[in-house]
Amino acid sequence: MSSDTNRWEIGSLRLAPARRRADTRMRLIFSAAAVATLAISILIIYTLVKDAWGFFIDVPKGDLWNIGWFPRRGIFDIKTLILGTLMVTGIAMLIAVPLGLGVAIYLSEFAAPRVRRVLKPIIEVLAGIPSVVLGYFAISFINPNIITALVGGSNKAFNVAAAGVAVGILTIPIIASVSEDALRAVPMALREASYGLGARRVSTTFRVVFPAAISGIVAALILGISRAIGETMVVAIAAGAVGGGLFSTDPFQPGQTMTAAMAALGFGSDQVAGSGLAFQSLFFIGFLLFVITLVLNMIGDRLVRKVREEY
Amino acid sequence: MPELASALTPLRSSENSRKVNMTEAAETDQVPVFRTRGLAVYYGDFRAVRDVNLDVRGQEITAFIGPSGCGKSTVLRCFDRMNDLIPSARVEGSVEYHGINLYDKAVDAVEVRRRVGMVFQKPNPFPKSIYDNLAFGPRLNGIKKKNELDEIVESSLKRAALWDEVKDRLKASAMGLSGGQQQRLCIARCIAVEPDVILMDEPCSALDPIATARIEDLMQEIKRDFTIIIVTHNMQQAARVSDRTAFFTTEVNNESDRRTGVLVEFDLTQKMFSRPSDERTEAYVTGRFG
Ligand SMILES: Nc1ncnc2c1ncn2[C@@H]1O[C@H](COP(=O)(O)OP(=O)(O)OP(=O)(O)O)[C@@H](O)[C@H]1O
Ligand SMILES: [Mg+2]
Repeated sequence: MSSDTNRWEIGSLRLAPARRRADTRMRLIFSAAAVATLAISILIIYTLVKDAWGFFIDVPKGDLWNIGWFPRRGIFDIKTLILGTLMVTGIAMLIAVPLGLGVAIYLSEFAAPRVRRVLKPIIEVLAGIPSVVLGYFAISFINPNIITALVGGSNKAFNVAAAGVAVGILTIPIIASVSEDALRAVPMALREASYGLGARRVSTTFRVVFPAAISGIVAALILGISRAIGETMVVAIAAGAVGGGLFSTDPFQPGQTMTAAMAALGFGSDQVAGSGLAFQSLFFIGFLLFVITLVLNMIGDRLVRKVREEY
Repeated sequence: MPELASALTPLRSSENSRKVNMTEAAETDQVPVFRTRGLAVYYGDFRAVRDVNLDVRGQEITAFIGPSGCGKSTVLRCFDRMNDLIPSARVEGSVEYHGINLYDKAVDAVEVRRRVGMVFQKPNPFPKSIYDNLAFGPRLNGIKKKNELDEIVESSLKRAALWDEVKDRLKASAMGLSGGQQQRLCIARCIAVEPDVILMDEPCSALDPIATARIEDLMQEIKRDFTIIIVTHNMQQAARVSDRTAFFTTEVNNESDRRTGVLVEFDLTQKMFSRPSDERTEAYVTGRFG
């Protein structure tokens, strides 16, 4: 750009070779990360499907619908696990949905900034509590103090209800923080429009802010449910039925969930690792879990698209 | 207007309602819709605007003009207690609405906003259907019957000159309308609750000239029924639509390094634009302002 004659030559706008090489290098690094993640996911799904399918081919079909889940004795009653999972998740949601959404609405719409600054980190600390701790909390506090009081002592020391409550507590922070983000993302202009029309805070919250945030809130609920379904440690500790369990619809009896059953297959003294039906059943449940979570996410997606108010 | 005084007062604090000064309110005809005396608004320690003395008359359009940051929006937001939503905001002096002190402890801001509607700078329709936007206010006021709501929706849209454009898609999302249509929707939504006053904060600044002209026509249409206060940066617009104009500017002061807004002059629009009494007004309206 020294002389006037070559001032407007293309050369002055051309990408410098060193710059171009740097760009290429960065692109390679980032795409390698993407490819690696994809490859790992495919590998996981492949292993899951291969062994799940192997199990499904080999297992006598009558053993899939029986009195309970006793994999070491060749009884793989799938409904025991599914019902156990549903009960734990259901109870967990009974706790986590009202409390999580309540906290989110309070923090985003009602709390003074000072209160929020204190409360929000506390809730995030709750999210950091290891689930092992909550498992023991379930047997040492929730069961004797809450569940026993509720049903008057007909509950077992290890039962589905106590585990469900503990899983619920574990899920509160997820639902609270994701839905609070969604609520706070609703533009102030919408709240002003509502107040400007003479709405009170409650109407503004429930008729304007909440509907506008619904897609984020549904996402929070789906995340919460997925978390509850996937929770292993609390259930393994507090729900009883470690090696296996009878089919039972009573939440105050020991019960077996899909995840706890998988964990139990891994850590008994008679390790089943290697081959055999019991080992393969692990992958079968894993595959079912995978499908359930996938379907859940798809339903959530649908739901969101249907009710979304886009701002 | 004793009914108004008690209507602005929530039931639970009715014992305080005696505090509301109604001596002036009795002389209905002379009482302006809004009267401010020594009004000052602070954001935290910063005094954003001071010494505002204004009488806003009914069935007129009052324009607020002035350079950016002189406190036009701040003053406007005192009239529907919208400043209450800003935690740091504090109001000093008096703002009377039909003779009632708006900032009296006994007055409920929500009741004020049912009578004093607001249209914002950026159109802010709810992400709901056109119909639900219009029905929002009436529903808040307890109207539930479908035919009543239908009628309010239709008449409000007609008064906002939007009916013909949207009558076939009332169930469609309001977000699908153009900016100008959205702003008229917001005006219609405001009209739907039958307010006494409509406050407009730069309602046309996001709109093209045609949409702007439509809104100005609309203001002329509805000024028979409503008292309108409009904030605008567009001098021609103030001259075209308003009956009276208030000119604000900012001044350095000794209490902070930020400039505080003051009301310079308030008079008939015609006079403000032809022979203003203050030279700062003259400099501003003729475009010789810094
Ligand atoms: N929420 C707030 N918090 C703190 N200061 C504010 C707030 N809103 C406005 N201010 C300050 O108050 C002063 C007046 O602001 P205001 O918005 O009323 O001006 P305006 O005349 O409406 O300006 P514009 O023409 O740009 O809209 C400005 O100095 C502004 O920075
Ligand atoms: Mg403004």
